[in-house]
Amino acid sequence: MRYLPLTEADRRAMLAEIGVASVAELYADAPATTLLPGPIPGLPGHQGELEVERALSALAARNMPAGSGPCFLGGGAYRHHVPATVDHLIQRGEFLTSYTPYQPEISQGTLQSLFEFQTQVALITGLDVANASMYDGATACAEAVMMANRVTRRHRAVLAGNLHPHYRDTTATLARFTGFEVVAGAPDPRGRESLVDSIDDATSCVVVQNPDVFGHIHDFTPLAAACRAKGALLVVVVTEVMSLGLLTPPGAMGADIVAGEGQSLGNPLSFGGPHLGLFAARDKYVRQMPGRLVGQTSDADGRRGWVLTLSTREQHIRREKATSNICTNAGLCALAFTIHLSLLGEAGFTGLARLNHAKAVQLAGKLGDIDGVRVLNDSFFNEFTVRLPRRASKLVNKLAKRGILGGVPAVRLFPEADGMSDLLLLACTECTTEADMDALCRALAELL
Amino acid sequence: MTTISGHRGLEMDEPLIFELDAPGQSGVDLPALPTTHTRLGRVAARGPIGLPGLTEPEVVRHYTRLSQKNYAIDAGFYPLGSCTMKHNPRLGEKLARLPGFSDLHPLQPLSTVQGALALVDALAGWLKALTGMAAVAMTPAAGAHGEMCGMMAIRAAHDHRGGPRRPRVLVPESAHGTNPATAAALGFAVETIPATADGRVDVDALKAKLGFDVAALMLTNPNTCGLFERDILAIAQAVHDAGAFLYCDGANFNAIVGRVRPADLGVDAMHINLHKTFSTPHGGGGPGSGPVVFSQALAPFVPLPRIIHGDDGLRLAETQDEDDGTTLAYGRMKAFHGQVGMFVRALAYTLSHGADGLHQASGDAVLSANYLLARLKGVFNAPFAGPCMHEALFDDRGLKGTGVTTLDIAKALIDEGFHPMTVYFPLVVHGAMLIEPTESETKATLDQFITTMTGLADRAKAGDTAWFQAAPRLTPRRRLDETAAARKPVLRWKSES
Repeated sequence: MRYLPLTEADRRAMLAEIGVASVAELYADAPATTLLPGPIPGLPGHQGELEVERALSALAARNMPAGSGPCFLGGGAYRHHVPATVDHLIQRGEFLTSYTPYQPEISQGTLQSLFEFQTQVALITGLDVANASMYDGATACAEAVMMANRVTRRHRAVLAGNLHPHYRDTTATLARFTGFEVVAGAPDPRGRESLVDSIDDATSCVVVQNPDVFGHIHDFTPLAAACRAKGALLVVVVTEVMSLGLLTPPGAMGADIVAGEGQSLGNPLSFGGPHLGLFAARDKYVRQMPGRLVGQTSDADGRRGWVLTLSTREQHIRREKATSNICTNAGLCALAFTIHLSLLGEAGFTGLARLNHAKAVQLAGKLGDIDGVRVLNDSFFNEFTVRLPRRASKLVNKLAKRGILGGVPAVRLFPEADGMSDLLLLACTECTTEADMDALCRALAELL
Repeated sequence: MTTISGHRGLEMDEPLIFELDAPGQSGVDLPALPTTHTRLGRVAARGPIGLPGLTEPEVVRHYTRLSQKNYAIDAGFYPLGSCTMKHNPRLGEKLARLPGFSDLHPLQPLSTVQGALALVDALAGWLKALTGMAAVAMTPAAGAHGEMCGMMAIRAAHDHRGGPRRPRVLVPESAHGTNPATAAALGFAVETIPATADGRVDVDALKAKLGFDVAALMLTNPNTCGLFERDILAIAQAVHDAGAFLYCDGANFNAIVGRVRPADLGVDAMHINLHKTFSTPHGGGGPGSGPVVFSQALAPFVPLPRIIHGDDGLRLAETQDEDDGTTLAYGRMKAFHGQVGMFVRALAYTLSHGADGLHQASGDAVLSANYLLARLKGVFNAPFAGPCMHEALFDDRGLKGTGVTTLDIAKALIDEGFHPMTVYFPLVVHGAMLIEPTESETKATLDQFITTMTGLADRAKAGDTAWFQAAPRLTPRRRLDETAAARKPVLRWKSES
């Protein structure tokens, strides 16, 4: 077997050194009744690379890649162009096949790039400090609520109705089992929900999303003030990190914590994972943050270097008193994010954000010209919601048959809410061409 | 040795990317911006961010240089106990990048992702077969997330049954820190079970603590001392007699995969770290993937979404639905459907090995660990008699009086070209050194490591303390001041202007 370098002669010599006759003897502590004498029956045997590649390629071939035709899907995952450089660099074995940087002297590559990541996330969110990543945006959101509960010593979180429902559900799952209360608003496709009145003295935090799940852009400055007045924290969720290249960042609006999804930079869609959780907060809350933090220090020769720090918050030191149970995070996805954002730089990131917005404005204009299609948004970044004269999910299936991934039916995200069936979310990125838009509009004109 | 440039041969001194800024430069040429008005509403466009500008060659060089400051399993022996740093086949990288996997949007119509659902389902099938368990939750993103998932199912099952409140969770003192952290996060009172002199759970102490107010025992088997819990059947029986569940931390599954099925041991829930046992690369700290297998008793509570075999292909059950048998599903663990990119790699690994290869792999891992134990137990003190499972544990008793610590040995190993073992864990022995060789190493590598460890022990016993304390010397950085880093945290770069 190509992954197993021990030879039969090695195995015999090693057994002799140990002083046993067989490997089975090494399992003497396992109850004899549970020990399998050989490979589990009924499962296939080993295969060469060629056969495995053939089998998995056959599975891949049964899918329709988003890039095989016009794609307008968003809803928390976005198809952006990732420069070839990113994927090349993250596959360097020194990055790909290293562990969490517990031994800093031989992990400066990972540590320095994570320090750069933390700085980038802090800069684009407008907050003071960011951690070295979470699993994804939804779990970052749930952890943000847990952190707000710790900071405020309160146990009721108010979630906006226009928070991505997967983020809401992930948070609600944690709430159910950890014993805090979640008050979730109803989704409002027009984006006019006001949360100011739902904050009271028991509220630990208000969780809002910008742009929200239907694409509306909000100025949360008044909400931040209302939170402060009641001693609650404002958590702002960002599911499309590209928007931070154009919009006033949550930190400047008064957010205390930002929980974001970073997939758009550097990472493929990958059917929903692995993605990249972003987590940033104000300086004063740093010791309540979950997850790993990289800090700057110096070595025995006085040279600048980086280490994992403030570990006394973490499970491997603090055990049952840890701020979170997270251990492994999304290191390589964070590296991809950092390399992509480094390639873009200030000019590239802001330019790309403007391009994403312009494409969406262009599409909204074209769709608005189709009879029966109405754009609901007054404001949006690269994704908006339209009302159709018929059920969106059926339409989307018909579009897929024509090779067009024509957006996310709102009912897919909100299967239990009323009034969603004729709503469709559409996203554009730099990958969307005018020909893509025209193909969608032509198909819609025929199908509606 | 210092140089004029600050570089040292292949090891380049490299500033932060922010210090390489050439304002206005970019490594990406964007298509032309269409002329449109903006529709941002009342929210103003943002001001300058402060990101540095670099061209593509500069970025490539920067991150290439950073990569050269990392140790990696590709480069050498990485016997980090409990972490299973085995070879990461590149086949998985290639296959995960097929557009039919990497370029799938999670919200595409299900008719366009049947192959992806089949892939998840196929891996789920393997995980159930290898563990003998009834059901599997595929969405958890890492081991600790899987623990959360499993313990939530246990809570949900107790809630569903009614009966007494069960606020307590028992955890052996040798457990990973994530176990008590998970239980505590879920509101359980965590109680520690002591270990016996032979490094296993003290069954009498366990029985004394068990009662109808205990929700679960969180057990790692093989445990973090590298030992099989030989009383596992009695432990499971006692736990079940108390109406509690047996949660197993599957971090050490590599020792038994294909040889012992956790279901046969009485396990009710166990997470599987795909980034350990199933070789998906650890990436400097993730992404991981932590599917959780469940016994029949817990199967109804598996969280959403689930894959359902329907009349017209595979479907995703994303809400509680009687027809799908998901009415007791307790909720959602994360956005979308799990770490699918890692599933591709794990399935490629599993199919490559097959049932016979997995059986051989776990055997080789255990054989290699026992070989290290046999050859090193006269050099360092082995606190527990073998045989061990896939990792060999030593303590610092043999270093007593030398002034050399476990940490010093670890740092000296770095200069010798090895990644250190896990140190100071588990907590049940003093100055622990936990060595997990995995099945990926040649005997020659193991022998070289043994020779090195022996040499270091001799050097320690010869009283060369100062030499150890100055190690490592040959690394991009020497020992770093972690105390200073924590005292006055600098967690981001800031412009000096």
